[in-house]
Amino acid sequence: MRNKSSIEISVGLFLVTGLLSLTYLTLNLGNVGVFADETYTLYARFVSSSGLKRGAFVEVGGVRVGTVQNINVDFDSYESIVEISLDPNIKLQDDSIASIRTSGIIGEKFLKISPGGSENYLVPGDEILETESSINIEELISKYIFESTGKE
Amino acid sequence: MLSPHSQLIAVGKGCLSSLEELGRMSILFSHTVRQIFASPWEFESISRQVRFVGSRSAVVIAVAGVFVGMVVALQFHDTLARFGSVSLLGSAVGLSLVRELGPVLTGLIIVGRVGSATTAEIAIMRTDNQIDAIECMAIDPYRYLLFPRLIAFVIAAPLLTAIFNVVGIFGGWFVGVVVFKVNQGAYFASMADAVLLGDLTMGITKSIIFAVLTAWICMAKGFLMHQNHGMVFGAEGVSNVTTAAVVMASISILFADFVISALML
Repeated sequence: MRNKSSIEISVGLFLVTGLLSLTYLTLNLGNVGVFADETYTLYARFVSSSGLKRGAFVEVGGVRVGTVQNINVDFDSYESIVEISLDPNIKLQDDSIASIRTSGIIGEKFLKISPGGSENYLVPGDEILETESSINIEELISKYIFESTGKE
Repeated sequence: MLSPHSQLIAVGKGCLSSLEELGRMSILFSHTVRQIFASPWEFESISRQVRFVGSRSAVVIAVAGVFVGMVVALQFHDTLARFGSVSLLGSAVGLSLVRELGPVLTGLIIVGRVGSATTAEIAIMRTDNQIDAIECMAIDPYRYLLFPRLIAFVIAAPLLTAIFNVVGIFGGWFVGVVVFKVNQGAYFASMADAVLLGDLTMGITKSIIFAVLTAWICMAKGFLMHQNHGMVFGAEGVSNVTTAAVVMASISILFADFVISALML
């Protein structure tokens, strides 16, 4: 009997350790919110959201307050519609500016929101009207090169 | 005296006998998997096998994990320091462990520690005619011998992989944060940013597929040893099939790893 219960204890211990490790990995690394914080959704429309990916951060004042949930194309205007989920404690004015920025020179793209001065706040499902599209370094360089040669 | 003609015959025979063996192994696999529907499951024997595959491998896996995590951190730290992006150490360690090193090394350790023992055990049962005895008693060897092992491998491998990953991450933390003074927040934050749920799913999928491959190959090699061409019984036969099983299982794991990575990336 003693032998049998020691088998059970070691199997149980192993299963518990394994499952704990798995939970640690999914919660800490996989960013699976089992106890997901409540979020609310806003939309922003960009001429180009090139390089922005689903899951990219949304920052206000340099602090991460949300993520990009989805990116779709509006087939009428050929613009990109970015769905953002935000911490409900963050209230944004309706003249806030959403701009796509790059962290570092070769870093990932993220969405920076600069607060506005209006007294009207955006409610869930609203659209951020003021947007700045991705800055494409190659386009900037080619623009610079061709403009400077064009003038001569 | 080898004429081209007889060489051709030898090649053909070799191909045919490998095909035949693969066929036998596949039939064994389907017989074993079919036991899923044979209720009740032998929970006691499954748990004994989980102890053998899992509990008793956990320490080896953990020790291996620490050193792998440490060496990965060491190597990446050296490389990243040249680009001045040491803060990415966490994501490099996390991604390489979760996606590749965790599942593959755990799989290989399981092959070496458990797979070889499984083949040898079943092969000895075969040489001692114990399996024939079991069949004579109208006990289904697939159900009592093979199925519990398959299930035990499938349960234990992902858990061992998870243990390996966690321990490896902290091994990397030790080298990166404690030894090289990388910012602790940067280590864990960059890891959490870089590793997505998809990477974890990929790692776990890999480990489950590796477990099925290992269990299948190691059990089949032992169980079917009496049907090998030019078979040798006794100690030599057991050692032959055990070597063959370990080699084949390791190669299959590495091959499957490539295929899964290509499909899931």
